Amino acid sequence: MRPIFIAFVLGSVFTAPALAQETRPEIVGDAIPQPLVAIRGDPVRGRAIVVDRQVGLCLLCHSGPFPEQRLQGTLAPELAGAGRRWSEGQLRLRIVDAAKANPATIMPPYYRTDGLVRVASAYRGKTLLTAQQIEDVVAFLMTLRD
Amino acid sequence: MSRQALMRLAHFSLAVLLVAFGFAASATEIPLSERKSGYEFMGPQSRAMQDDDTANPGMLSVFDGEALWNAKTGATNQSCAGCHGDATQSMKGAAARYPAFNASRGRPLDLEGQINLCRADRQQASPFAYESRELLALTAYVARQSRGMPIEPTIDARTQPFLDAGRAIFDLRQGQLNLSCAQCHDDQWGQRLAGTVIPQGHPTGYPQYRLEWQSLGSLQRRLRNCLVGMRAEPYAVGAPEYVDLTLFLMWRARGMKFEAPAVRP
Repeated sequence: MRPIFIAFVLGSVFTAPALAQETRPEIVGDAIPQPLVAIRGDPVRGRAIVVDRQVGLCLLCHSGPFPEQRLQGTLAPELAGAGRRWSEGQLRLRIVDAAKANPATIMPPYYRTDGLVRVASAYRGKTLLTAQQIEDVVAFLMTLRD
Repeated sequence: MSRQALMRLAHFSLAVLLVAFGFAASATEIPLSERKSGYEFMGPQSRAMQDDDTANPGMLSVFDGEALWNAKTGATNQSCAGCHGDATQSMKGAAARYPAFNASRGRPLDLEGQINLCRADRQQASPFAYESRELLALTAYVARQSRGMPIEPTIDARTQPFLDAGRAIFDLRQGQLNLSCAQCHDDQWGQRLAGTVIPQGHPTGYPQYRLEWQSLGSLQRRLRNCLVGMRAEPYAVGAPEYVDLTLFLMWRARGMKFEAPAVRP
């Protein structure tokens, strides 16, 4: 029953256009074990996305081991140690759609376009990050072990 | 149990879970005694700038507004003072009671809306554009007359539906970031969004001078800033949604001291 149930949930959450070229993320437990794209995530690119306040937006809410970045957020858990606390698949799910792990979360869904309301026209139908960017961020977060 | 029955059970459990978490996720209102104006989150220099009329940049607009209050205009060649007299008396406390229900429009109007209604009906003059120098100045002059007075919009059978509509907007998760006003301003106030302390979101001092804007601006402008930050479609300039949201925010700030023209970072 379980795979059917997961497929039902995913079918209602992920839209077809955003996934045209990419693997459909399959949730297993509280993780997405499989990468969203075939190309391996690049931690250097991932770090650049995380600290970019217009792209990743991460440091608006999170703080982390980025000594050159002033004015980091305090709304959300510290990113230091994220790669020790979570598995790669758990991190991937929490970026794709953190509400799947915690429905009360304020973390925006980075790879979901449906179920959102009043999205500004410039962003309508677009995910916050691309599948490749998410893989880059996951690869970077996995390096944060301390 | 059949496969179909199992599926139904699974769907039902999911629905129950979502509903349960939905309630758990809803924001909790700030207790009345714990409410703080944005003033209390500012440093001593910004506070001093607001408190000293000779240093508060908003006061320049207040003086502009005083001149506009007394200027005859429109087809009727009527001034605000012609009907309302001395604003320091007649407008005392008025801004602290807005948005207020207007019978001819069948809905509450904010102060800007009321000023433009007076221009249309009494002066037969064209309305001022939102965020224009003139509308901000007249609003600031009227608002200044309520400084230090408690905020107290009238909530009754006529305004209640608009208050409810404003609350619904406050609680609505919207935009690409899927955030509601409540998630930041009820639940996370005092935390830092990037480097900036999140205030509780009480509109105690509008129109207000924001150092970030380097100008006086309306609450509508401030609300648009937040919506843009959430990557939500801003309501159109002058849209009734802003008035409903303003009514809710003023009710949420009921009893707090009115500070216009406030200074904020």
